[in-house]
Amino acid sequence: MEVGQMQRRWVDYTKSLFLEGILDGQFLQLQQLQDESNPDFVVEVVSLFFEDSEKLLNDLTRALEQPSVDFKRVDAHVHQFKGSSSSIGAQRVKNACIAFRNFCEEQNTDGCVRCVQQVKQEYYLVKNKLETLFAMEQQIVAAGGSIPILELSF
Amino acid sequence: MLKNTKAATKITALVVDDSKINQRIHHKLLENLGIENQVVGNGKEAIDVHCSGKHFDLILMDMDMPIMNGIEATRTLRAMGIRSTIAGVSSHSSLSEDTQEFIEAGLDDYQEKPLTPDKLVAILHKVNLHV
Repeated sequence: MEVGQMQRRWVDYTKSLFLEGILDGQFLQLQQLQDESNPDFVVEVVSLFFEDSEKLLNDLTRALEQPSVDFKRVDAHVHQFKGSSSSIGAQRVKNACIAFRNFCEEQNTDGCVRCVQQVKQEYYLVKNKLETLFAMEQQIVAAGGSIPILELSF
Repeated sequence: MLKNTKAATKITALVVDDSKINQRIHHKLLENLGIENQVVGNGKEAIDVHCSGKHFDLILMDMDMPIMNGIEATRTLRAMGIRSTIAGVSSHSSLSEDTQEFIEAGLDDYQEKPLTPDKLVAILHKVNLHV
């Protein structure tokens, strides 16, 4: 595949992530912060998000398995997850966290267990999509091209 | 001589946040505006770095942190006579009770996360720090 074609594929793929609501404008902000002094800035931040999320998902699962659930603790984890997902623009993970907090407030264990599943599903979806996006970027760079600058007007 | 004047007008900042993701993003946001900055992971470390004699023009302070949260850290820094600009940056709504307590602890400004270049510039303008 020639570079121009790879770049067009990258643009279409990125746009689809916004149209499906998987990512929001905050992800564009991150892309705009990246420059020659930090060419891997987005990958770095997103990798930190992956590490953090997997730890939080484990903590959440464990906290909800306790015979007597500490909802304050669960809520603190979810609040943290909401913050980190909004920092990288993982919009659907963030929205799942917002719904989750309502069940924490109601102290609804079944609701919380369903929400962990929902958050997990959204997390693995965005992880998969971002990994695909980064692989496409590597391909472009390996072929001697540069990553296109995405227009904000769509 | 010229070099000295330049160094004297350079803005310095301290990022106080326990999330590595936010540490990285806030560090880069400041760096892109030419603001030299140091990063610490909780309120206690922010106090310690001041006790060691360092001074910052701007402190970006998170609220929820282990060991010492942003509210207590801000109160302590003010009690120590630190007059740097302290901007609270957290994911709590600016109307929440916790946020009000945070502001009353001695903040100059409060911004909801995620922090963006626009929000950062708004903080700088509000306190007349020009980059």
